[in-house]
Amino acid sequence: MTNKFEMNDPVADLKLDRMKQGLVGSPMDRPDGKMKVSGQATYAHEWDVPGRVYGFLVRSRHPRARVTGINRDAVMQMPGILGVYDDKRLLRNPAQGMADEAPVQGTEEVFYLGQPIALVVAETFEQARHGAEALEVSYTTLDDGVFDPETANIADDDRGRKALDQGDIETAMAQAEFSLDETYRTPGHNSAAMEPHCSIAEWDGDQLTLRGSYQMLKFNRNELADSLGIDPANVRILSPYIGGGFGSKLGIAPEAVSAAIAAKDLGRPVCVTLARQQVFDMVMRRSETRQRVRLACDQSGKLTAIGHEALVSNLPGETFSEPVVQATHFLYGGATRRLGIDVARVNRMCAGSVRGPGEAVGMQALENAMDELAERAGIDPVEFRKRNIPEEHPEKGIPYSTRKLHEALDEGAKRFGWEKRSAEPAKVREGEWLIGTGMATAARVNMLQESQARVTLTAEGKAVVETDMTDIGTGTYAILTQISGDMLGLPPENVETRLGDTDFPPASGSGGSFGASSSGSAVFLACEDIRKQIAEKLQADEADLDLENGEVNAGDQTHKLSDLLNGKPMTGEGHVVPGKTGEAVSQGTYGAFFVEVAVNSTTGETRVRRMQGTFDAGRILNEKTATSQCYGGMVWGIGIALTEELMFDNRDGHIANRDLAEYHVPVNLDVPDIEVHLLKERDPWASPIQSKGIGELSICGAAAAITNAMYNATGIRFRDYPATLDKVISGMAD
Amino acid sequence: MQKTELTINRKKRSIEADPRTTLLDALRHHLDLTGTKKGCDHGQCGACTVLGNGRRINSCLTLACMHDGDEITTIEGLGTPDDLSPLQAAFVRHDGYQCGYCTPGQICSATAMLQEVAEGWPSNVTEDVEVAPPLSREEIAERMSGNICRCSAYPNIVKAILEAAEADQ
Amino acid sequence: MRPFNYSRAETEKEAADAGSDGATFIAGGTNLLDLMKLEVMTPDALVDINPLDLKSISTTDDGGLRIGALVTNSDCAADQRVRHDYPVLSKAILAGASGQLRNKATTGGNLCQRTRCYYFYDTAMPCNKREPGSGCGAIGGVNRLHAILGASDACIATYPGDMAVALSALDASVEIRSANGNMRSVPVTDFHRLPGDTPEKDNVLETGDLITAVTLPPPPGGTHVYRKVRDRSSYAFALVSVAAVAKMENGKISGIRLAFGGIAHKPWHDPAVEDVLTGESPSEALFDKAGEILLKDAIGQGSNDFKIPLARRTLSAVLRQATASGASA
Repeated sequence: MTNKFEMNDPVADLKLDRMKQGLVGSPMDRPDGKMKVSGQATYAHEWDVPGRVYGFLVRSRHPRARVTGINRDAVMQMPGILGVYDDKRLLRNPAQGMADEAPVQGTEEVFYLGQPIALVVAETFEQARHGAEALEVSYTTLDDGVFDPETANIADDDRGRKALDQGDIETAMAQAEFSLDETYRTPGHNSAAMEPHCSIAEWDGDQLTLRGSYQMLKFNRNELADSLGIDPANVRILSPYIGGGFGSKLGIAPEAVSAAIAAKDLGRPVCVTLARQQVFDMVMRRSETRQRVRLACDQSGKLTAIGHEALVSNLPGETFSEPVVQATHFLYGGATRRLGIDVARVNRMCAGSVRGPGEAVGMQALENAMDELAERAGIDPVEFRKRNIPEEHPEKGIPYSTRKLHEALDEGAKRFGWEKRSAEPAKVREGEWLIGTGMATAARVNMLQESQARVTLTAEGKAVVETDMTDIGTGTYAILTQISGDMLGLPPENVETRLGDTDFPPASGSGGSFGASSSGSAVFLACEDIRKQIAEKLQADEADLDLENGEVNAGDQTHKLSDLLNGKPMTGEGHVVPGKTGEAVSQGTYGAFFVEVAVNSTTGETRVRRMQGTFDAGRILNEKTATSQCYGGMVWGIGIALTEELMFDNRDGHIANRDLAEYHVPVNLDVPDIEVHLLKERDPWASPIQSKGIGELSICGAAAAITNAMYNATGIRFRDYPATLDKVISGMAD
Repeated sequence: MQKTELTINRKKRSIEADPRTTLLDALRHHLDLTGTKKGCDHGQCGACTVLGNGRRINSCLTLACMHDGDEITTIEGLGTPDDLSPLQAAFVRHDGYQCGYCTPGQICSATAMLQEVAEGWPSNVTEDVEVAPPLSREEIAERMSGNICRCSAYPNIVKAILEAAEADQ
Repeated sequence: MRPFNYSRAETEKEAADAGSDGATFIAGGTNLLDLMKLEVMTPDALVDINPLDLKSISTTDDGGLRIGALVTNSDCAADQRVRHDYPVLSKAILAGASGQLRNKATTGGNLCQRTRCYYFYDTAMPCNKREPGSGCGAIGGVNRLHAILGASDACIATYPGDMAVALSALDASVEIRSANGNMRSVPVTDFHRLPGDTPEKDNVLETGDLITAVTLPPPPGGTHVYRKVRDRSSYAFALVSVAAVAKMENGKISGIRLAFGGIAHKPWHDPAVEDVLTGESPSEALFDKAGEILLKDAIGQGSNDFKIPLARRTLSAVLRQATASGASA
């Protein structure tokens, strides 16, 4: 019997707090750590699949065209070449996260420069790569390409997505004591996960096994099956280790489908790995945004109006639009509100989820604007934010679940030493360097997703956790081991967590920061199922069981688990589904960033010298991995603020800087010794384990804290990202 | 086809491969040593770092056939799950990784980097290049900047290296 | 990567002969293989010159240094003589690339490093340097990295390296063995070319030429500064870099050598800038004047317009630092 739980009411019983093993919350080392540091963890490309051959995708060299022919014969005569595929089922671009069906298929019509149009397969990687480069393709160019989102015509049904028009913002702005109306621009971003996308497809009759690098396997299986026109039951995906995702591996991608098509035709396993340039060309970008932010407040600094309207872009036919205003809906008060998103249809590569979709760039603009309005109102920026924390959701009128924003702001300010700050800009100087401090609020929506897991207590009294959940570096192996270890009273070495296999019960997958809470809840419920079975055996109440170090204690009886099982394994199944708490309350995660920067008065170079983050994300499941997630988000904030930008050539929509030399992700020296502080909290509305998402929170607003600090250092407001040195010196007097 | 004989992780190995084969692809495709990772294939990320005759190099930007007679050390040669090197153990303790994909390169790089420091090599953040610099947080961060970690475990990578270096003193 | 013949040269003659037959030399390979993978460079034959005896640094008869062409960037930067007598060279090398790349990159190879122009690197794009006559994609396109001095209608690419900028400031020379075995010496400042109508030629090397060494004149003394400005704190190419070797006497600049990276198709050296500084007392006005002379013909291309003020600002800062000691070191 599956222990199914629908999240309809807050969970009053903080069961995990009563467990004796003491694993949940502790900074336990990752169980997968030793494999990773010794090079033994198997990523997609690294499976030993005998007889495998290599495929390399061919990209379109035109942005808008029809492929009229490929010179297959010439390439087939090259040494080692086994096949050239331009099958109608090839994907134009990856599926969006949780699409559960094939994305746009067929690559004959070209929608962007860099689009995959064929696959060349050869005995060796070297032969395939050269074959792909050598393939002659003829095109008819189409002349309706649109490359610049800011000059694109926008269709009516692409206007005002997620829109809200509450009250009259023009009047509110006109009547306000203090107001701000500014436009911010953020460029496109690439996830740049360290492991390039890779799939090895292997067929056994009608059964397809795909060893891939994917974040959400239950969806990926359906997407792959739909793309190929086969029954999902015939597809198995294995992704036990994933070299980073950040949204780029949410949906099935061109390399997987092409590998499967070629492998079927050749009767041999086919491995297709994207070159790094292809990851830039054809995976997913975060859309660039243009954001108009309007804020109005009264004399006391209370917001009276918020306007946040964005222009984003995507390919024709894509449903995803960067949800820029997601947190603006619930974070601050203000009765008058106008929010919305317009989508420009452009011939640039596909836009989709990149770490913290929506808030990562939306909070950036909002928190820049809040900083500026605070200054206009003559109120300290921390205080200004505290004055605008609403009692209830300003649009829906529903209460919040737990929300320690006030505490995060106060605690962060205290830890950072905010009171020592000079509020007046451009006042602190050390030689050539101008020193400044700034802050921003962190906020991100919280979600729970359906997730299932199976836990087996072996006859020896060890636990095996199985779910098709993935660990993309987020720490899933650790937290699921901790949850089951605590629930079943086992030390971590007696728990084996198996992930990333669609043969296991389907989980939420990794995305939207919901993975830990959702899959963790499923494992929790599966363990609870086992505890109930144990209680039944002992004729005790499950709640009265104490399990610790392989022993179970119920009232006056104590048994070794292995004795109790008497040679028979015991299996528990857990199944969590979201319910009414998702609508009854507003669920978010919160925090505060404090930053000190040094800006070079000569060259405009900026260095982040100190960075402090305080976060509230409900129950922290593993202090060590949660802290690492926060480092990650905050460093992404450094990249978004200062260095990262997809440079599109508006003549043809192609990305000029399509490699890691010229797309500048932060390097070690860009990053100071960041301080992360996690607030103690339990959110009974969020999940059966009272945890919330943390993987994306720490990016949402981080960039704004940096540019707010740059303002404090220089007196220059940065509204056009990234705040590279050219923008700094153009704002400086000579 | 090009025949190359080299020593990898103290074992004599021989491969016969297309001369286009990089050292990285030779390790991953021909020698079943997949601990060394391909992140960019162009020397822009450091995931493929191995030790060639004791020095850290990007194995993606060198041909296997150019290493005839060389001694190569990969992550597999530094330690195993049951017998981790001090740096490997420090990376686990300090969570000096997340997804783990850049990690073998980080650890190979750090192993050789500490040797460079021991030999007195200066870096771009060394105040006076004539003087051998002491190992500081900043020196580590600069010297490890050729190893990108998109999960951004940098603060913990530096802590792990500092701890391993201090333990070695 | 296109198939190629691979061979090893045991002697300079073997190398030169192969070179004369059209083979491309490979030493560190860090840039060549990068470009071959993209089929930006497509040699039919590679000659591995690593066996050649060009790996040592020795003192020359006039008290200078001869750095063998196969000395790695790391070994050059770590050499005590270089660090003591030519610190600007150590600094410049250490400002470039990463520890791993510097361990493979060689003195000769680094001089031959090709541009990082986005359009040169992308075979879907027009590029006169890669494919003469195809046009320049960077003009009117994305050109943040590109030249503000000495560019042409055919090419606005920059030379991306750091080492050669310092070598230019040190008045170093490139020792070249011609195909026929004759040796010649070319000042580093004359080694790289401006693009003109033939941007496919980066430098003055002819078929069969083999760089055997770089020679440095006797130690110049003075204050050595290398300042590199870039888009992140490490592991990125220069937007602007300045190498300076300055000597002070009685509060006046008695001698100065300056070279600039990231702003032209070659390390930029302008004697007029040095002339205006020499014999003068350092002042902000003087530094501004030097900047004016340096940049009088500078032209921005759009996304690189900022390099003009950036070069001026960086030059001033470097001059401030280089002349601060007041007297010759």
